[in-house]
Amino acid sequence: MTLRDVIDKLLGRQPASANTAKQRLQLVLAHDRSDLNPELLQQMRREILEVVSRYVEIDFEEGDVTLETEDRVTALVANLPIRRAKLPAPAPISEPNLESELSS
Amino acid sequence: MAATSTRYILICSGKGGVGKTTLTANLGIALAKQGARTAVLDADFGLRNLDLLLGLENRIVYTAQEVLAETCRLEQALVKHKQEPNLALLPAGNPRMLEWLQPDDMRKISAMLGEHFDYVLIDAPAGIEGGFKNAMAAAREAIVVTTPEVSAVRDADRVIGLLNSEGVKPIQLVLNRVRPKMMANQEMLAVSDVTDILALPLLGLILEDEQVIVSTNRGEPLTLTGNSSPAGRAYTNVARRLQGEEVPIIDPSKERQGFRAKIGRLMQTKIF
Repeated sequence: MTLRDVIDKLLGRQPASANTAKQRLQLVLAHDRSDLNPELLQQMRREILEVVSRYVEIDFEEGDVTLETEDRVTALVANLPIRRAKLPAPAPISEPNLESELSS
Repeated sequence: MAATSTRYILICSGKGGVGKTTLTANLGIALAKQGARTAVLDADFGLRNLDLLLGLENRIVYTAQEVLAETCRLEQALVKHKQEPNLALLPAGNPRMLEWLQPDDMRKISAMLGEHFDYVLIDAPAGIEGGFKNAMAAAREAIVVTTPEVSAVRDADRVIGLLNSEGVKPIQLVLNRVRPKMMANQEMLAVSDVTDILALPLLGLILEDEQVIVSTNRGEPLTLTGNSSPAGRAYTNVARRLQGEEVPIIDPSKERQGFRAKIGRLMQTKIF
C-alpha cells in the first residue's frame, strides 16, 4: 500500500485505476488464452468443489477457483480453505489400493 | 545480388489506431537514414495509409498485385522516397481490388523485395482475420505495437498468440502513447505491467507527443526531419536497437522533473 492509497482511503476517493486495469486484464487474458468460456469454467468450478467436498469440509464462502496466467502460461488455481477433514475417510479409491498393497 | 540477411518484420497490433502505421513510417525512414536499404510494404490494402504518412500518396501507380500479375516490373511499382532514397514503398494492393492477395502471393512479393533490401517492414492491417494472416505469411519476425490501455493490450495478446502458433520470432514490443504523468499517478498501466502481461521484451517506449499529429498532417515522419521531439527520438532509437545497437530505454518517471513530480514520487512510496 502506498501513501497515495492511504490518502485516497482517508478522503473516500476511488483508488487509482491502473491496478484495476491490471487485474481485469489478467483475468480476461486468462480466459482468452485458455479458450474457456465463463459458463464452462463455472461448471468445472462446481464439479471441483463437489469432488473436494467429498473428502474435506470446505469453506464455500472463501473458496475460489480461478485461472491465472504468468509468462503466457495459464494455470487453474484453486484456493479452498478447509474447515475440517471428513471422517470417516471416503472409501471408493483408497480401499482397493490398500488390498492390492496387502496382497503383493 | 540477393541479400541473404534481409529481415522481414511484421508490424502489427490487433487493435486499430494504436500507431502501427506511424511506427512503420518512422522506422522505415530512420532505418534508411542509418544506411539500411528499407522497403515498407503496406499490407493493409483496404484502408491503406502508409503512403499518406510518408507523403507519397500522389506517386503510387502500381501495386504488388500488378507486379505479381507481371503487368509491371518491381522497380516500376516501388515508390522511392525523394529525400531518403534508401526507402521505398510498395502498396500490396488498392481498395478497389476484388480479390486479396493470398499468403503465397505475400511470400512471393516479400522474397522479391528481399533481393533488393536489407529490411522489409510489413504494415499489417488491424484485426486478426484474413488480411492479417496474409501479412503474417510474409514475415519472419514481428514488432507488436500497443498502448497502455486494456483493450489494446488484450488485442495485442491475441495477435501474439497467433504469431507464436505460426513460429514468427523474435516478437518484440513497442509501447506507444505513454503518458508519464498518468503513469506516475497510477492512472495508467505501468510499463512493467504491460511487458509482464504480454511477456515480450521491450523494443521501444514512445511518449504521447502532439508532434506526431503535426508530422502526419505534413506527410513527413518525425524521423525524417531530424526533429528533436520526444517521439521522434524514440522512433530513431527503435531503429538503432533493431540494428543491434544498445540504446537504453527511457524511464517515463524520469521524464517529469520539478516539485510536482517529486510529490508524485513521494506518493508512490510503499509504507506497508
